[in-house]
Amino acid sequence: MGGVMPLNGLTDQRYPGRLFCVEGIDGSGKSTQIALLHEWLRDEGYAVKFSEWNSSPLVKSTTSRGKKKQLLTPTTFSLIHATDFADRTEHEIIPYLKAGAIVLCDRYAFTAFARDVARGVSPRWVRQLYRFAAAPTVAFYFRVPLDVALDRIVMGRPDLKYYEAGLDIGLSPDPLESFKLFQARIVDEYERMVDEFELTVMDATKTIEEQQRQMRSIVKKFLPRRRRLGAGKPEPKPELRHERPEIKSEQKSA
Amino acid sequence: MKRLQFFADPPANLENVGEIRGKLVVVEGPDGVGRSTQIAELKRWLERRGSAVIETGFTRSTLAGKGIKLAKQGHTLGSITLFLYYATDFADIVEGQIIPGLRSGYIILADRYIYSAIARAVVRGADPEWIREVYGFAPVPDAVLYLKIGLNGLIERTINSGKGFNYWESGMDLRLGNDMFDSFKEYQTRVLAQFDRMSEEYGFQTIDAERPVDEVADDLRAAIDRVLTLA
Repeated sequence: MGGVMPLNGLTDQRYPGRLFCVEGIDGSGKSTQIALLHEWLRDEGYAVKFSEWNSSPLVKSTTSRGKKKQLLTPTTFSLIHATDFADRTEHEIIPYLKAGAIVLCDRYAFTAFARDVARGVSPRWVRQLYRFAAAPTVAFYFRVPLDVALDRIVMGRPDLKYYEAGLDIGLSPDPLESFKLFQARIVDEYERMVDEFELTVMDATKTIEEQQRQMRSIVKKFLPRRRRLGAGKPEPKPELRHERPEIKSEQKSA
Repeated sequence: MKRLQFFADPPANLENVGEIRGKLVVVEGPDGVGRSTQIAELKRWLERRGSAVIETGFTRSTLAGKGIKLAKQGHTLGSITLFLYYATDFADIVEGQIIPGLRSGYIILADRYIYSAIARAVVRGADPEWIREVYGFAPVPDAVLYLKIGLNGLIERTINSGKGFNYWESGMDLRLGNDMFDSFKEYQTRVLAQFDRMSEEYGFQTIDAERPVDEVADDLRAAIDRVLTLA
């Protein structure tokens, strides 16, 4: 779609491009899915731009300094990630949406809404903070039982990092225990957002192939008819909402 | 002693700061009006009187000060990124310097506050409501001493200070004129208009900064005296 979050006050244009993002806790398999989607879209001939959470070259050094030296509080953690997101919105997302490209994001503003609120940040404030974000065409939420995700994570990465494990908020001194409690809080926040933001829920316990098939069939419905750039027109929003699968409520956050 | 007030929700996990003994005094005004000189003088004056003072200001945070300075040297810094980078820096100052200082009974002299951040952001197209929301975690100061100056006075000071017109203070990222001077005039005019608007909204104490430095300093001291005698 192009367009912006319902809360937005900075930019309210619609753009010809499409924006798909994947959300979910670590170990939900979302990165694998968006990588497969990326390849498929490219093979289909679409112009695709990929943008990853926490990757702005302007902000990275500050974030990693803050993490390494443990300088970050819930509020500064939230703000520095919003700054990173702003840089990517200004350089990797909006210009490409304007150009009519398909933008794929591994994590989006919902990651901040889940993590920051799990850290104690005001839900209202963090939603305001991200008001400049372009609204996604479809936001996929990979729902996975906590123990399945934990198995996948802990297998691949034995030592958990300080902020990753939520050790900064003192849920437990034991990193693994803290990680579990923190992830559980994040899951609660994601579940709350399913209705609020009309997230498209994916069953992340299904096989990779099944999930990818489903994702492609959903994405297909929203793709511009012409693959070459410059031909796209902003998509009318009302139609979009009716076609959207898994709508659970008409209520929008305000 | 009084409870610390915030513009909106306090920073996370600082909801129960409790009673504070210190005072937060903000000195605001446009670039080049002479804030830093005045604040340095005030600090010496207060210390002579036996008060402990913390002087703080933008880009002085441990977390983000360096990052902002680096980002401003390049040519890829977008407006929203700039606003939020400053907000990050400011939050670190609030949590790391201002709140702990107030709790320990310091007088905090803030060289610029959310008002400068709001003025700069609004001039660059930010939604005025949005940027105020972003800064909702800021403590409400005990006084905002606004050094008010007209455009001509500002131009004179900018040249006489030896610093001259610089890229950001001329709003060259907005290119509001053909050169630094033209852009400076337009940019600072817009910034001053924002300060004037906020002066009522937030109840600034306006100090005429067109006058000699000593007279301005006298007014600042008198204003601070009033803040300190208020229990």
